[in-house]
Amino acid sequence: MKPSLAVIFLTLFSGSGFGLVALLALDNDFRIGGGFAPIMTAILMGCGLVLVTIGMISSTAHLANPKNAWRAFTRWRSSWLSREGVFAMVFYPFAIADAGWVFFTDDTHGALALLLSNAAAVLGLATIFSQGMIYACLRTIRQWHTPLVPANFYALGFAVGAAILAAARIVTGGPDRALASMAVGLLLIAAVLKAIYYFWIGKPSGTTIQTATGFNRGTVRLLDQGHTFGTFLTREFSNCLNRTRARRLRIAVFMVGFAGPVALLAADLQHSIGLWAITAPVLALLGVGIERFLFFAEAQHVVNLYHGRMPASLPKMPEFMRRKAPSAVPLVAHYDKG
Amino acid sequence: MRLGLVIDLDTCVGCHACATSCKEWNTSSITAPLTDYDPYGKEPSGVWFNRIRHYEVGTYPNNKTINFPMSCMHCENAECVTVCPTGASYKRPEDGIVLVDQDKCMGCNYCSWACPYGARELDRESGTMKKCTLCVDRLYDEALPVEERKPACVLACPAHARMFGDLDDPQSAVSRAVRDRGGYALMPELNYNPTNHYLPPRTRAPVPTHDLGRPSLARKVKEWVNRVIER
Ligand code: SF4
Ligand code: SF4
Repeated sequence: MKPSLAVIFLTLFSGSGFGLVALLALDNDFRIGGGFAPIMTAILMGCGLVLVTIGMISSTAHLANPKNAWRAFTRWRSSWLSREGVFAMVFYPFAIADAGWVFFTDDTHGALALLLSNAAAVLGLATIFSQGMIYACLRTIRQWHTPLVPANFYALGFAVGAAILAAARIVTGGPDRALASMAVGLLLIAAVLKAIYYFWIGKPSGTTIQTATGFNRGTVRLLDQGHTFGTFLTREFSNCLNRTRARRLRIAVFMVGFAGPVALLAADLQHSIGLWAITAPVLALLGVGIERFLFFAEAQHVVNLYHGRMPASLPKMPEFMRRKAPSAVPLVAHYDKG
Repeated sequence: MRLGLVIDLDTCVGCHACATSCKEWNTSSITAPLTDYDPYGKEPSGVWFNRIRHYEVGTYPNNKTINFPMSCMHCENAECVTVCPTGASYKRPEDGIVLVDQDKCMGCNYCSWACPYGARELDRESGTMKKCTLCVDRLYDEALPVEERKPACVLACPAHARMFGDLDDPQSAVSRAVRDRGGYALMPELNYNPTNHYLPPRTRAPVPTHDLGRPSLARKVKEWVNRVIER
């Protein structure tokens, strides 16, 4: 798939924003690390709103005909894309009301404050799920058609959100042990889930050029694509990463997105790192940005089969295994004719 | 009713007449125009509802060229319609034709991601999604003679490789052709249940070549001259 910046930003920023809002609410519910002061709660809620808004605005850049965008709220009964929009729009009033209420009443633990923040959290989480399902429901793209996609969206949203919360606490001072540990834990969970995903998409799918053309008993080879120059289909779907580049980017995801922030926050558990803490969420966001680029660039739509491309993930037997195989031994045992 | 096409891969000669005729009709039809980008330039491209690809099946000497026209299959489980957030994409209950309402589409591309058959193409000029309409504006047009109330591609095909009809009716010509010739749908494992079907090539005895006599000297010279002059 063509990695479009608009959609990368949408899922990256809004996912992180919703993760932040959800964890902020949780934090104040259970007073993890003492909970956040009203002013900080309002600022962090505002932070979440800004992130979500950056995502939502950039998503409209993806539309070829944005004047009809309002219609996207109409098909929530069948379309996950529509549900995403509806949940995100319902999220706004609760999040804004909570930030305002907390700011003006100086009360984070009153019934109304908790109600508003938890409602915003739940709606944000519902939006992340819809966002994941937008991709996971497509049977045409094997790398997306898996429950690991919404699971990853959650894990990454929480990881970035937790890193922001921990950094905020470290920078402003206060008991940061619980929040930093939580961020480290969530970052590690996200890393493991992402590793499972990368392992899983390496396996081949059942759809091949044979099932695509119906000639199941022989080889099928493209002779001619039938068009002079590129088409919408080749532009939108033919994007391909070579293996080395994909591997390097995956390593970058783990180093920048997970190892870096984890190391910083773990260091803080020993000795406060002060303002440096801000780099933790920045690195996490950058790493997840690379992850999101890969998420699109590695996805292979089945229509590529018609253009003669086999799934990039078709496994080949490694050379060292070939050499080991005994080649002189006949496959069928010989019997002495006696 | 479940209107659709049955395409005979045995007789299709890959001439692209169906695609050209489709483009001609539809560029001034209900989802018009079918915009071309850079039509006379170095990189000509544009919106088409029907594309023909060419494959080699099998390996030499047991191989065969297959010309493969593809357009919207008007699927029974049209996920392209399910995923559309605006309601622009819809499937007509009365005849199963899948259409895009150009006044509602916001050009998000999502339906094209959901279509396994590459049937949907975004028009960059109008910003809307376009696709095969099965010439719905011909099928019910009483101003047309009855025999012309068919998709333009079907009328254009010089090899009669395209048939149009109701695949719900077991007695229709298309249903019978699918039954008799072992017609199949593409990528059944994805469960889109396409209406359009493809008829596989017939198996014929190979044309014998072993009994051809050795060419005479005169013929050899002629062939050699032909080859040389061509270059
Ligand atoms: S072929 Fe594609 S566009 Fe046509 S109905 Fe099926 S899924 Fe939809
Ligand atoms: S591009 Fe248009 S028809 Fe396709 S899903 Fe988006 S709004 Fe619907």
